[in-house]
Amino acid sequence: MSLLSYLINGISLGSVYAIIALGYTMVYGIAKMLNFAHGDVIMVGGYVVFVLASGMGLPPILAVLISMVVCTVLGMVIERVAYKPLRMAASPLAVLITAIGVSYLLQNLALLLFGANTKSFTSVVTIPAIVLAEGQLTISGETIVTIIACIVIMVGLTAFIKKTKAGQAMLAVSEDKGAAQLMGINVNGTIALTFAIGSALAAVAGVLLCSTYPSLTPYTGAMPGIKAFVAAVFGGIGSIPGAMIGGILLGIIEILGKAYISSQMADAIVFAVLIVVLLVKPTGILGKEIQEKV
Amino acid sequence: MNKMNKTTKQNMVTYAIVIIAYIIVMLLGVTGHISSLMEGLLVPLCIYVILAVSLNLVVGILGELSLGHAGFMCVGAFAGSFFSMCTKEAMPSGLRFLLALLIGAAVAAVFGILIGIPVLRLRGDYLAIVTLAFGEIIKNLMNVLYIGRDETGFHFSMKDSMALGLSPEGKTIINGPQGITGTPHDASFTIGVVLILLTLFMILNLIHSRDGRAIMAIRDNRIAAESIGINVTKYKLMAFTLSASIAGVAGVLYAHNLSTLTALPKNFGYNMSIMILVFVVLGGIGNIRGSVISAVVLTLLPELLRGLSDYRMLIYAVVLIAMMLFNWSPKAVTFRERYSLKRLLSRKETPDNHAAQ
Repeated sequence: MSLLSYLINGISLGSVYAIIALGYTMVYGIAKMLNFAHGDVIMVGGYVVFVLASGMGLPPILAVLISMVVCTVLGMVIERVAYKPLRMAASPLAVLITAIGVSYLLQNLALLLFGANTKSFTSVVTIPAIVLAEGQLTISGETIVTIIACIVIMVGLTAFIKKTKAGQAMLAVSEDKGAAQLMGINVNGTIALTFAIGSALAAVAGVLLCSTYPSLTPYTGAMPGIKAFVAAVFGGIGSIPGAMIGGILLGIIEILGKAYISSQMADAIVFAVLIVVLLVKPTGILGKEIQEKV
Repeated sequence: MNKMNKTTKQNMVTYAIVIIAYIIVMLLGVTGHISSLMEGLLVPLCIYVILAVSLNLVVGILGELSLGHAGFMCVGAFAGSFFSMCTKEAMPSGLRFLLALLIGAAVAAVFGILIGIPVLRLRGDYLAIVTLAFGEIIKNLMNVLYIGRDETGFHFSMKDSMALGLSPEGKTIINGPQGITGTPHDASFTIGVVLILLTLFMILNLIHSRDGRAIMAIRDNRIAAESIGINVTKYKLMAFTLSASIAGVAGVLYAHNLSTLTALPKNFGYNMSIMILVFVVLGGIGNIRGSVISAVVLTLLPELLRGLSDYRMLIYAVVLIAMMLFNWSPKAVTFRERYSLKRLLSRKETPDNHAAQ
């Protein structure tokens, strides 16, 4: 029974990773850049909901929606101000270092605004927990909502990319920017849209993460952000189902590692997985190999 | 002196800056113009300079982004400190510290090779994230590592200090999250400056050697470098390992400047790696002298302007973003070229250079 409950916790945590990883993988697929600030957008989403729901007493659903809007705008502003000018830069390191700077900026802004103290986040989920097998197995409301949200987002996003014009434009831009532009696709607009979607997802992930683990600090987003990138690499970067599989596997590995090996070593185990994956199959589980052209 | 070529002259200027700064600090110290606060900053200053120079080798010369520098520093710090603790009674402090530095450098270099062989096959973004992961793994490992010693030899555990099973006379040397306590205070500003000079000597000579040019060729175009017969893996590994081992030396210096050595996120975490990166970026990626100057300025400035210390990290972040946008954005680059001082001046001298072009 304990194994089963660990597995469920793992899937729940993994679903959060998967939602974050979706944002990473979409942005990486299109802009070919590692958006280090993605994790900190999660933190911003968490704080917005905290201020609105706990501070101003707005209904949770409304708070989550506003948080998504705030994060969407934030994501687009970051892209416009910090990343777009460097898109054609000579060195690929330039935009990566800028992204680190943005991540750092968001953390320290939050530190100035809200202080270093841990804020206790009130869960926005009101669904009661399900008790199974005579009380031996409890599935919390947060877990149910997280898993459902993850599935809905995944299905929605796949449909969006397959069925809509904007989604097809995203695919085209991720394959070949130049050719896409020649076909009349607004490349800059598509990239901005990707950042917007990714950031909105980050807000959702932030709320779910803080509901399950109810402590909020300016550094809340950094570690899950990095782990979600690990998940994205694990599943094959650029692939939406890959991000999903990678996220859930990573969540399970982390929870099982915490339970059976060592709670202090859980992060180390997750990162060791990353190194092993990159060694054995650098393209990830569902990734495509792209040959470098001279 | 006339025969000295331009590079040598430039290198000499860099060494001279360090030596003059050292003499000024020493003079100020003798005349009593240095507050105890500043005095406490001198060794950390040396550590940051060494770290910045060594990271610049990876970021600027090799053209890869390593976010695990704090990890190598951590490995070096623990290895050197462990050695010093074991030989505390057995050796005079000078020899012991020298050996500790060598051991710290060697252990960090071994880790550099271990992590470098697999990782350097990856491209930029992946390398950044894997080195970051490596730093976190090291920090985690150090927090669960227990090593003790009694008359039967060394005892090792990853659970707690009880699990070591030491005899009553035995002593725990590395005590998990409490780290190492009581490392001898061997580091001094003079040693720090000597190490800076040694680091500069090694890296500047490497850059201007045949190997250094091969490394820069890989940075500029890997495929072209490979096609003219440069062994990419070898040179990448060479730069990466050298950088790691120098970070290890900085770690040893760090460990011997404090009585307690713990692997906290504050000193060996991701933030530390980022701070060093800020030094490198502000000083100019690929510019070794710039790294030295920016590490000094960025460490001293927040201390001199005490009121700003809350905003220090915020300012670092803004500086990082602004520098990258200004230096690398294609628009900014053309703007700078058009309005650069040099060009404006030369235009005045030769008003018809427009027609000549």
